[in-house]
Amino acid sequence: MKYLDEYRDAAATAAIADQIRREVTRPHVVMEVCGGQTHAILRYGLDRMLPPEVELVHGPGCPVCVTALETIDRAHAIAQRPGVIFTSFGDMLRVPGSHGDLLGLRARGADVRIVYSPLDAVELARAHRDRPVVFFGIGFETTAPANAMALIAARRGGVANFSMLASHVLVPPAIASILQSRDNRVGAFLGPGHVCAITGARAYASLVARYRVPIAITGFEPVDLLRGVLAVVRQLEAGRAELENAYARSAPLAGNPAARAALAEVFEVVDRNWRGIGAIPKSGYRIAEAYRAHDADRIFDVGEIATREPEACISGRVLRGVAKPSECPAFGRTCTPATPLGATMVSAEGACAAYYQHRRTA
Amino acid sequence: MCLAIPGEIVDVVERSGMRFGRVRFGGVTREVCLEYQPDSAVGDFVLVHVGFAIAKIDADEAARQWELLRELAPEGEEL
Ligand code: SF4
Repeated sequence: MKYLDEYRDAAATAAIADQIRREVTRPHVVMEVCGGQTHAILRYGLDRMLPPEVELVHGPGCPVCVTALETIDRAHAIAQRPGVIFTSFGDMLRVPGSHGDLLGLRARGADVRIVYSPLDAVELARAHRDRPVVFFGIGFETTAPANAMALIAARRGGVANFSMLASHVLVPPAIASILQSRDNRVGAFLGPGHVCAITGARAYASLVARYRVPIAITGFEPVDLLRGVLAVVRQLEAGRAELENAYARSAPLAGNPAARAALAEVFEVVDRNWRGIGAIPKSGYRIAEAYRAHDADRIFDVGEIATREPEACISGRVLRGVAKPSECPAFGRTCTPATPLGATMVSAEGACAAYYQHRRTA
Repeated sequence: MCLAIPGEIVDVVERSGMRFGRVRFGGVTREVCLEYQPDSAVGDFVLVHVGFAIAKIDADEAARQWELLRELAPEGEEL
């Protein structure tokens, strides 16, 4: 496939890795922010192609992982309401709440359905006017515009039985919180290319200026990922801190104005609790007042939900790049993808699950 | 979760006041919402995420990046 296969070319990937090896003179810690990037790095073994000086640590960019347990429990409570059709992207189905997962609820009779696009959930609501259809709207800035359009379509089309349980998270405040923490080790970031395709680069330029940290906006294929690593290693070696775009073909610095307009119409920025990390100011979207008729949080009064995370789990430190999954005593023993104890094991894109799947144990 | 796949727009249609198109990914064709790519046209390559075209792929930028990468290749090796 054009714009895909050539970026997986082994010779090109190796040439960039060699170049990094030629240029590096001292240790650097580089964080890729996005869980999709983490997954690709381990899948293609890019971490093993890099010279030992370049250490990749894995950021908080797995929306499934960082969705608060309380939100998952809230989703499960709504999915069990009589008559509800509960829709979600496939990757939320196996995420355990305090009492099992959506697949388990479905086995016990709840009407839980996977959709490919949030617009499919709106279509489902049109086809079942007598039943509430709820969509579980999570994701970063990449996914939020799609979810926003579902709300716009429902309102425009008068699809009153469609609602969304929305819990979006935003990348730049999470990067800022990592840089502000006292135990931060990260010296440079690979910026999340598909998030930037929507938001543009402005927030990342501010982070670079404020924290004097190199950031290279980076894609998701092996050539793209190592190209991003090369860009930040060069900067670190030269003592520079700049915003670079290593993914210019798909992530223009201006982002996507049409998508941003929809975000501004449908959502408002709120403080958000990140699973494993805790509260980060102004780091999420909730549904704005004008769309309250489609806000599942307001429609279904689920009440207070108290949750507790296992104490053994160090995913908060994993998500900030302070610890590697393999340093967790529970990793691969009591905690596996089939029996996840914490945030970073619940999704294939979480660092713990990716390490487990690709056998990075040492 | 932020996975997005490049594909080629093969036609554009209007449905319930929204812009859609069929996008070809290798051998598979899917309907994609083009509301966020109002200027896109048949033949454009777009990046598709959960049924939405979120970006148009810039062929000139792609070519420029390969130029930069080719400079890294050892003598006589083709990237
Ligand atoms: S291996 Fe499991 S318990 Fe340990 S940090 Fe990862 S998710 Fe938490």
